[in-house]
Amino acid sequence: MSVDAGPRGASEPILRLRGIQKSFGPVHVLKGVDFEARVGEVTALVGDNGAGKSTLVKCIGGTYTIDEGEYVFNGKAAHVHSPRAASALGIEIVYQDLALCDNLDIVQNMFLGREEVTGVSRTLDEARMELLAGQTLASLSVRTVKSVRQKVSSLSGGQRQTVAIAKSVLWNSKLVILDEPTAALGVAQTAQVLDLVRRLADQGLAVVLISHNMNDVLQVADSVAALYLGQMAAQVRRSEVTHTQIVELITAGRSGDIGLTSTAAAVVEGNGAAA
Amino acid sequence: MSTIGNDRVSQPLREGEEELFQTRELSTVEYARDYVQRLRGGEMGAIPGLIGLVVLVILFSFLQSGFLSAYNVENMVIDGAPTIIMAMGLVFVLLLGEIDLSAGTASGACAVLAAVLLVRHNVNWIVATLAAGALGALIGVFIGWLRAKVGIPSFVITLAAFLSFQGVIVIMVGGSGSILVTDHTLDALESASISDYMPIWAGWALLAAVVLGFAAVKFRTLATRRKAGLPAEPNQIALIKVAALAAGGALFVYYMGINRIVTHTFLTANQKSEGVPWIVPLLLILLFVLTFLLGRTRYGRHVYAVGGNDEAARRAGIRVDMVRISVFVVCSFLAALSGMVQLSAQAGVNSAQGGGNTLLLAVGAAVIGGTSLFGGRGRVIDAVIGGVVVEVISYGMSDLISGSNGPGWQLIITGIVLLVAAGFDAVSRRAGFSRQ
Repeated sequence: MSVDAGPRGASEPILRLRGIQKSFGPVHVLKGVDFEARVGEVTALVGDNGAGKSTLVKCIGGTYTIDEGEYVFNGKAAHVHSPRAASALGIEIVYQDLALCDNLDIVQNMFLGREEVTGVSRTLDEARMELLAGQTLASLSVRTVKSVRQKVSSLSGGQRQTVAIAKSVLWNSKLVILDEPTAALGVAQTAQVLDLVRRLADQGLAVVLISHNMNDVLQVADSVAALYLGQMAAQVRRSEVTHTQIVELITAGRSGDIGLTSTAAAVVEGNGAAA
Repeated sequence: MSTIGNDRVSQPLREGEEELFQTRELSTVEYARDYVQRLRGGEMGAIPGLIGLVVLVILFSFLQSGFLSAYNVENMVIDGAPTIIMAMGLVFVLLLGEIDLSAGTASGACAVLAAVLLVRHNVNWIVATLAAGALGALIGVFIGWLRAKVGIPSFVITLAAFLSFQGVIVIMVGGSGSILVTDHTLDALESASISDYMPIWAGWALLAAVVLGFAAVKFRTLATRRKAGLPAEPNQIALIKVAALAAGGALFVYYMGINRIVTHTFLTANQKSEGVPWIVPLLLILLFVLTFLLGRTRYGRHVYAVGGNDEAARRAGIRVDMVRISVFVVCSFLAALSGMVQLSAQAGVNSAQGGGNTLLLAVGAAVIGGTSLFGGRGRVIDAVIGGVVVEVISYGMSDLISGSNGPGWQLIITGIVLLVAAGFDAVSRRAGFSRQ
C-alpha cells in the first residue's frame, strides 16, 4: 500500500517497519503500518492528531512494544522491548517537552546518565566531557551558544532544542527521532533548528522529523510519511509531491492516485469512527 | 542577550568570525566578566550569605564588646557545629526540592539511643555512635521509601515523624529528665571541659593539610583543563583563592591558640584553655567528603539532575526513586551525627532533645548559605556559611537584647533572616529564568 518510490533507493533503509500493529485494549491504534528511514535523509512523519504518530514513535523507541509486525534495524530483525534496547541499537528520541535539566549546564545535560568517569575514585571526568560536548556542538556547526558551561536555564528556546538534539548524537546514534522540534520556536530559531536537522542527516544519520508544520516538512524532508487514522497513507519522496498533496494525505488519507485506495480509506474511516 | 545571535543563525563561518570552542586561556578580566554574568543570571550561590556574614560581624563587633573575643568565637564554633552538620544533610534533601522537618527530632532520637546505650548498657562510645548512625540511616530509608514508593509528600511524612520522634525521646529518656554522658572522648569533641582542645601544633598541621590539599586539587584541575585545551580559571585567581584560604585559616588557628581563660579561679589555676576545638577537623572532613560526593561523582550529578527535572533524569536512565531515597538517608544519617555532636556539647541528652528551633536553624542555615528551597541548586559549603551566620546572629543578639524577652526576640530575628534568605532565593530564581 505504501509506496516509497525511493529514486535514490540504492541505500537500504536503516529502519524498516512492516505491518506494525498496536492496540491498547479495544483501541486499535496502529493498523499495519509500514515505515522506512534512510541514512542521510530526513524522513518527515506527518499526520493529524490521533493518527498514531506518537504511538509509532514510542514503538520505535521501545516505550511500547509492538503487537505484530516486522521491525528491521540495520538489516537485522530487532526486538525492541525497552528504551534501553532502542538506545543500544543507536536510536535516540528527542521529545517535544525537552528532557533537559535547567539547573545543569550544557555539558552536564549532554552527558546526563552517561557521565564519563576517571581513575579508581571514579570521579567525573569533566575535562573530557567538556571537550566531547564542545566537539559535538562544533561538528554540528552550532555557534549560537557562548560557553558549554552555560546553564540551560539561561538558554533561549532554540538553543535548548539545539542542546537536546546535540545530546542525541553524542552517543554514536544512527537514527534520531525529533518530536515536534520547532513547535514552540520563533521564526529565526525555527530556521536555526531546521538547519541543524538538515546537518544531522548530511552527517550520515537517519533523521525522523515529526511535525505539524508543513513549511518545516517541505523545507528539510527528503521523504514524507503520512499517517492517516492508524494506517500509513503513503510514504513518498518529497520531490514528488506538492504541499496540497501532503495536506490531502493527512486529512483524507489519499491524494489523486497516491495514498490509501478509496475502499481502504473508507474501511479505515469506518473503523476510526467505531473506535 | 547577546549570545543568542539570531542574526548569524545558520551560515557557515564568515570571514573573521571567531570559531567557538577553540583552545584559549581565560584572562582575568574575562573571568571576572563571566563571573558577574553568572551572578546576574541568578547564580548568586553563597554571595548574599557571605556579604550578610561580613556585615553582621562588623555590626556586632561594634555593638557588643567581646563579640570577637577568642572565648566567644570558640563558643560560636562549638554551638554552631550541630546546626551546620544537620544543615549539610538538609542540603541534599533541599536539592531535590524536598524537605525533612524531622531532622531535628531524628537527631534527638539517635542521640538519646546512644546515651541510653552508653549509660544504661555500658557500651563504648564507638558502638553507641555506630548505633546512632545506623538508626539515622534507617529513619532515612523509611522516610525516603514513603516518599518515593508510596508517594506521600515529604512535608507530611516528616511532620508526622517530627511528632512521633518527640514522643520516642520522652519515653526513652523517661519523663522530663535527662541522661548525663560522661564518656571522655565524646565530650571532648565539643570541648565540654575547658582543656579538651587540639594541641597548638595539631591546629597548624591541620591548616597546612587543608591549604595544601585545596591547592593541589585546584591546580591539578586547572592543569588537566589546560592540557585538554579547555578554558581555565587564570592562575592569579586560583592563587588568590588559595591565599585567602590560608590567611583566613591562619587567623582562625592563631586566634584559637590564645588562652581563653582570662580570670583564674582556684579551679583553673594551672590550666589553659587554648587550641582549635576537636569539632573543627570533623566538620572539615564532612565538608570535604560531602562536597566530593555532590560535585565530583555520578551520584552527586544525579542528585542535581533529579532536583532540576526528575522526568529528564528518568529519561536519562537515572534511578530517580533510589536517588530520592538516598538523600533522605544522607540527611537522617547526618542528623544522627549532629545529634551526637549536640550530645557531646551538652554532655548528655534531655527529653526535649532536638526539639524547639533546632530544625528551623538548620534549614535556615542551608537557605541563608544559598541552597534553594525549589531544588536543584545548593552546595555543602552553604551549610557552613549559613550555619555561621545563624550562630553569629544568635550570639550577637543574646547580649544586645537582654532581659526576659531576649530569647523571644532572638527567635523573631532568626525567623526574619530566614524569610529574607528565602526571598533572595525566590527572586534570584526568577532572575535566572527570565532569560529564556
